Amino acid sequence: MDLRFIDTYGSIAILMIAALGFAVAPLAMARVWAKKFSPHKPGPVKNATYECGLESKEETFLRFRPEYYLYAIIFLIFDVEAIFLLPFAVVFTGLTVGASIAMLIFVLLLVEGLVWTWRKGILTWV
Amino acid sequence: MDPDLKIELRRQGIFTTTLEELYNWGRKSSVWPLTFGLACCAIEMIATTMARYDLARFGAEVFRPSPRQADLMIVAGTVTKKMAPQVVRLYNQMPEPKYVIAMGACAISGGPFKQGYNVLKGIDRYIPVDVHIPGCPPRPEALMDAFITLQKKIDAQPLTGADRPRHLNADEPSEFVVPQYGAHDLVPAKNPKLWNIITKPTSKECMAGVDESGKD
Repeated sequence: MDLRFIDTYGSIAILMIAALGFAVAPLAMARVWAKKFSPHKPGPVKNATYECGLESKEETFLRFRPEYYLYAIIFLIFDVEAIFLLPFAVVFTGLTVGASIAMLIFVLLLVEGLVWTWRKGILTWV
Repeated sequence: MDPDLKIELRRQGIFTTTLEELYNWGRKSSVWPLTFGLACCAIEMIATTMARYDLARFGAEVFRPSPRQADLMIVAGTVTKKMAPQVVRLYNQMPEPKYVIAMGACAISGGPFKQGYNVLKGIDRYIPVDVHIPGCPPRPEALMDAFITLQKKIDAQPLTGADRPRHLNADEPSEFVVPQYGAHDLVPAKNPKLWNIITKPTSKECMAGVDESGKD
């Protein structure tokens, strides 16, 4: 191997090994300590879900429905569309054919998205 | 190692230590209490952590809002029977090694509310207390004194041997029985393994006490 390569990247390799050791050594020491001295003591109350000392009443691994999140995203998209539509309407009479078509495609893309969300039932609240 | 030799070596600029000393030094210097106050004693506990008394000097300023990260439970205030199961459950959810300071007369014995039907007569009926601080409420200095006492206790704990602390002994439990609400009292009314001191005096013994020192 080219010696210059080791000269250039050798220090980086040493640093990487040191960094790895720095991260792994405490974890390994903790594991050895647990094996040698400190016994593992789990229990039903200790492993229970933390609820400020109260017992959890129902299933804790429940799903949160992302309906509002989807609503917010759709609102954001059409909000931005409105910002684009206003200057479009102001300069509409002076626009070239190309610009009008480009704007039309932009609006059509968003309308397509609206149709998609509508059909998917996202606009119906629960 | 001979303590005299150790002092002599230190005088010569040679520092010697053991794994046990290092371990205990690390533990006693960063005892993290649980953010947990029950009554007026909690106000004194808060004052202890603030600038005037500054518990941070002893390495205990990091109050953890989760029992999973806490080492020390300061039972600061009156434990009602309604609250007792929660206190025990929180203690059970703390990882070992864990310690308890019973702060104030209420946490020790029920204090001025001892005769109350709804007050637990001392948290040491359910969880093992390491340091008791009398007072109603105890001043911040008293809490700091209790904390230093606890540090000394941690410092003296051996790593091996028969008298090693609970968290190093696989046979000893890390969970204690959580009381349930009964018809008239908590069930069980106490943890018999922790609390077996009270024996009900007979009426004859009570009268004997009155005869000797009853005139005041």
